[in-house]
Amino acid sequence: MPHHLTLAAQDLKLDVNVLDYVVLALYFVTVLGIGLAARRAIRTSLDFFLSGRSLPAWITGLAFLSANLGATEILGMAANGAQYGIETVHYYWIGAVPAMVFLGIVMMPFYYRSKVHSVPDFLRRRFNGQTQLLNAVTFAVAQVLIAGINLYALALVMGALLGWPLLLSIVVSAAIVLAYVVLGGLSSAIYNEVMQFFVILAGLIPITVLGLIKVGGFSGLADKVRQSALGDPGLHAWAGTGSAGTNPLGAHWIGIVLGLGFVLSFGYWTTNFAEVQRGLSARNTTAARLTPIVAAYPKLMIPAVTVIPGLVALVLFNNLGKPGGPQYNEAIPLLMGDLLPNGVLGIAVTGLLASFMAGMAANISGFNTVFTYDIWRSHVKKDKPDDYYLRLGRLATVGGVVLGIGTALIAAGFSNIMNYLQALFSFFNAPLFATFIIGLFWRRMTAWAGFWGLLTGTLVAFASYILFKMGVLDFGTELNATFWGAGTAFVVDAIVSIVVTLVTTPKPESELRGLVYGLSDASIADDALKGDTAWYRSPIVLGAGAVILGALLYIPFV
Amino acid sequence: MSGEIDRKRVARLFDIRRIIGGLFLLYGMILTVVGILDGQASVDKAEGVRINLWTGIAMIVVGAVFLVWERLRPLDAPDPSHAEEAEERTE
Repeated sequence: MPHHLTLAAQDLKLDVNVLDYVVLALYFVTVLGIGLAARRAIRTSLDFFLSGRSLPAWITGLAFLSANLGATEILGMAANGAQYGIETVHYYWIGAVPAMVFLGIVMMPFYYRSKVHSVPDFLRRRFNGQTQLLNAVTFAVAQVLIAGINLYALALVMGALLGWPLLLSIVVSAAIVLAYVVLGGLSSAIYNEVMQFFVILAGLIPITVLGLIKVGGFSGLADKVRQSALGDPGLHAWAGTGSAGTNPLGAHWIGIVLGLGFVLSFGYWTTNFAEVQRGLSARNTTAARLTPIVAAYPKLMIPAVTVIPGLVALVLFNNLGKPGGPQYNEAIPLLMGDLLPNGVLGIAVTGLLASFMAGMAANISGFNTVFTYDIWRSHVKKDKPDDYYLRLGRLATVGGVVLGIGTALIAAGFSNIMNYLQALFSFFNAPLFATFIIGLFWRRMTAWAGFWGLLTGTLVAFASYILFKMGVLDFGTELNATFWGAGTAFVVDAIVSIVVTLVTTPKPESELRGLVYGLSDASIADDALKGDTAWYRSPIVLGAGAVILGALLYIPFV
Repeated sequence: MSGEIDRKRVARLFDIRRIIGGLFLLYGMILTVVGILDGQASVDKAEGVRINLWTGIAMIVVGAVFLVWERLRPLDAPDPSHAEEAEERTE
């Protein structure tokens, strides 16, 4: 496998020149400059970007979208586009937007108004310290694994630029990220996150346009996909999903709707700390609720610059994804090398590199926050001075990066990183979502029901994946396995939660105020601002609009 | 109170729209110049399109939109705890 990767990296060598390096250098000078200047100008720990809950919805919405649209997502979705065709749009139109809208309309008020600092912290208040610890540990593990994916992807691009072997690229990339987190700090990391999104779009749009010209427009692309390995099923989103064997994804429509559309996506979008945190920095409840809804509209349009290039790559490089050929993950970098002249090429390379670094920086900072506060301070050493935890946080950063090198080698074993990512989400997020949703709407659910439900759900998702890998359970494709794993984890978590609730004592209502549906906390003042009542700022109107638009977009691709 | 004014000034300077706008304007100008000077090899690689020029122009436009937006709607960060003074509360 490593031999194969090295070969692939050499095939991929991009023809960069000094112009592209100038573009790249300008970007990093800007980001580091902001970090250093901001550090001088603002002496307190008050962060000027996510400062004390002061931001309007459009900024937090942008940050919300950027936190998700890293390069892993973009390369992974292009890989899925090449491997599974148009069916990849499910990840956006049914697998993201409804959940984003649900987060905004239903769940955000609980997060925002209870003033928790993290998702595990919410679990501590709704359930108990043990549930917090369990979630904090699985979250920390997930962050380190995802950091590995970002690091691996970063190393792939570095290898393509410089022709280095994979392991060397991974270690050097890790060193750069470490330096970058230490130098720029959180503030420049967040700026980078928003900036990389626009820069990567500036690189992707030319790729998409040129790719379409090269294959003869939309009709030319459709013709060539029909003749490709994917064939006509690659052009449809729903046709053939009546049975798992007759569509490229190998998924039944029930699996798509319930597994992906409900459990996996609701689990990811509504409980993922990195996402929810963006909403927490909004200026009031309305802005917090609008955060994911504002992000949903651009999210609907993203497949145009990921799935289309994936399909273009499929028809242009006929050994893509075949043994000995380049991997699906390399669809976008291959197109960059084939179509972009120096200049725009530099923009695209900058977007990719910045995005992986921002992604990994976010994983590492999520890891050290939860490790320091939700694991160490809450459960190991409680009453130490603040600088003790600060030092610990720094050590956790270094530790996280070193562990990330290890997990990058795991990620290297998967030919489609998105599949690996989805498998991880099915372990960690699907059961968490079950616990959340029951805990929010059923006030009787007890503290220990939260703990045992979460534990068994996670173990079941893990077990189902292992059994699939060992060949005991047959789900067809890797993706389909994660859909079913997530669904099973959700159901088991729900059953265990209900059974445990019935044999344990519930928390008194006074401890649940503001944390469950129907028990509002009267001590929290209404924080609405002028203009919040306008219909165009109504989370329900805007949210429904996004879901309807998503459904309409399916029409040409049924 | 000067701390408060300072904070606002800094927040404005580091408004993400200014930074994205500035960066895109700079990138756009570089690409536009490169696009005008591009040789035949670059144009051929991009399927006969002067892609650097077009991307450059588009980036200048996007950059300008961000800067104009920042000009017209500067970021005022009302602190919710002082919202009463802002007299603009709805019920």
